[in-house]
Amino acid sequence: MLLSIKNIHASINGKEILKGIDLEVNEGEVHAIMGPNGTGKSTLASVIAGRELFTVTRGEITYKGKNLLTLPVEERAREGIFLGFQYPVEIPGVSTTNFMRTAINEIRKYKGLDPMPAVEFLKMMEEKKQLVEIQTNLTNRSVNEGFSGGEKKKNEIFQMAMLDPTLAILDETDSGLDIDALRIVANGVNNLRRKDNAFLVITHYQRLLDYIVPDFVHVLFEGKIVKSGGKELAMELEEKGYDWLKNEN
Amino acid sequence: MKEMQTDINEIISHEGMIGLFEENRGHLFQHDTEYLSRLRNTAIAKFSELGFPTPKLEEWKNTDLKASLSKKYGYSLKPSPVKDPRKVFHCNIPHLDTALIAQLNGWYISKDVPLMELGNGIILGSLAEAFLKYPSIIEKYYGHFADVSSDGLTALNTAFAQDGIFIYVPDHVSSPKAIQIVNVIHHPENIFLQPRNLIILGKNSKLSLVHCDDSYNHQAGFANTVTEVFIGENAHLDHFKLQNLNNDSTLISSAWFNLEKEATLKSHYITFNGGLLRNNIRVLFNARGGNADIRGLYLMDRKQHVDNHVFVDHAQPECTSYEHFKGILDENASAVFNGHVLVRKNAQKTNSYQGNKNILLTDTAKVNSKPFLEIYADDVKCSHGSATGQLDPEAMFYLRQRGISEENARMLLLYAFANEVVNTIGIDPLRYRIEDMVKKRLQGELQICEQCVLHCNTPEQPVEFDIDLSKL
Repeated sequence: MLLSIKNIHASINGKEILKGIDLEVNEGEVHAIMGPNGTGKSTLASVIAGRELFTVTRGEITYKGKNLLTLPVEERAREGIFLGFQYPVEIPGVSTTNFMRTAINEIRKYKGLDPMPAVEFLKMMEEKKQLVEIQTNLTNRSVNEGFSGGEKKKNEIFQMAMLDPTLAILDETDSGLDIDALRIVANGVNNLRRKDNAFLVITHYQRLLDYIVPDFVHVLFEGKIVKSGGKELAMELEEKGYDWLKNEN
Repeated sequence: MKEMQTDINEIISHEGMIGLFEENRGHLFQHDTEYLSRLRNTAIAKFSELGFPTPKLEEWKNTDLKASLSKKYGYSLKPSPVKDPRKVFHCNIPHLDTALIAQLNGWYISKDVPLMELGNGIILGSLAEAFLKYPSIIEKYYGHFADVSSDGLTALNTAFAQDGIFIYVPDHVSSPKAIQIVNVIHHPENIFLQPRNLIILGKNSKLSLVHCDDSYNHQAGFANTVTEVFIGENAHLDHFKLQNLNNDSTLISSAWFNLEKEATLKSHYITFNGGLLRNNIRVLFNARGGNADIRGLYLMDRKQHVDNHVFVDHAQPECTSYEHFKGILDENASAVFNGHVLVRKNAQKTNSYQGNKNILLTDTAKVNSKPFLEIYADDVKCSHGSATGQLDPEAMFYLRQRGISEENARMLLLYAFANEVVNTIGIDPLRYRIEDMVKKRLQGELQICEQCVLHCNTPEQPVEFDIDLSKL
């Protein structure tokens, strides 16, 4: 098993957001986490990635058999966890190319590898760009600076392709995207799907799941997973709305 | 207050300076034209009235010279001896082709002749020599922009002014090379010095000027510098001020820029190090259509203090001013930004922006930021902004989530913050050099080198970076 979450409780400023989450993810699987706004979807993503803003008060997370909660953010990233941000940060003065080179070489250093030769790096970048249909000029520009919402999300997918994570968490990557951008983002994910990696796709709408077909769908409500099922659960939610679950609970 | 040659160091005081002036009247006035003598007399009277500024004055509320003034300094009324100026002041920014002129303790260092007249008519060299050789140019420009009536330090400088740099670019001449002034403070004793510079750009002329303030050893220095700059009609000055002084030094750097019709000033004030630094940047739009773009970057730590006071006088219509100062403050460092834009009644179609951003790396670092607009015209576009905070935790998380260590993420963000100022430097070799210095400064490795800020005569020290910042 790649990721095992057991009874996770997490809070921010003393306020409990996650109230006992259990989730298991195996290699080769795509899990979708759905749910209304403010129910803890992004918090779950942040807690897995290791954001210090949130305090885990109870429970455990094991990743590749290791206790994930003791690792700092960067080590989780180097172990193959990637978080696609809902609101990617702008970094003026640092090009995406060099940002990625820095990241890749730090990850390689962690793994005891030499820095990637420039030629190899550039070749890889070209391949990945094609894979995610990102224009060259975006990578030469400062990270996300002045990017449109769609460009920022594409840049997240490009970074994911470059870092080739074992577990990728996409936090509402579909929000604010038009249908073309949505398709590009989804294609990027589909092209990266393999037997040895896994995706956790967080979304508010079923729309994205037309393009990225999940193996499992979980519904998060008031800090708990209240329903899990196959891809048909997403359809059902689309049809009945979240009120259906609220009424059930 | 005695002259240095007497080997008596004294605490600088209001009375002491007036005493020194009176004692040395004969020496100070010996080569003066009537015009210069008159300026000195007016100036010393003003200084005697105003004295050294104290925090009681609004303009000096957050910068206290008391500690600087309570050290003992000597005053040198004669140039310091220089054995081989070429050796001392050789400068090696790779590929930066400049005409280098140097000042030691405020005095022009004469390589061949005190004043050079280049083939294209550009005159550069010693102000003392220009006093003698070009009295009509002096009378036309000198002392007209630096206002002694409101500022005790400018009055003091004007009373004592003996030497400094003189640059004259005739009408319609573009200087093919950048001119670089290196002002080095180097004396076995603590020294109080008052360099005075005059820079004149005739109409339709063009000049790039790199102006460095450096110290050479760890002796305390107090420099009270005044620079007057006249930018003629449709002339263009690209000005760079680089400051890298030791932690015991005090620098008051007052620049008075006068812009004629459609003149352009672009200026970068980059402060790397120093004990107490105060930049008085005064811009006067003396005719319509001028454009001033002033950017600053300061990287301070320990107990260093930097104060950027920018006053822009929109006295005429259709002028544009842009100010953007950014600072990173570590440990117990403190900074002041005071931007004052005055738009006078007839200065319609004024366009003005002032911005100041600071990052405080510790709880003990301090910033006083005060952008200020004073507007009397009604058809203008003016705005300002100020922001002071810590490194953005969201951005830190973003970088670390990509596998970048906390330390490198911090460095990357600080560099990105500073780079916004540096990347507008138009001379490539200079920009590369400054980018390099910013990186070193952020890594804490920029020393007051044995030579000057620009590593004259010393090969570049290799600096190891975990991440390759060189190609960002």
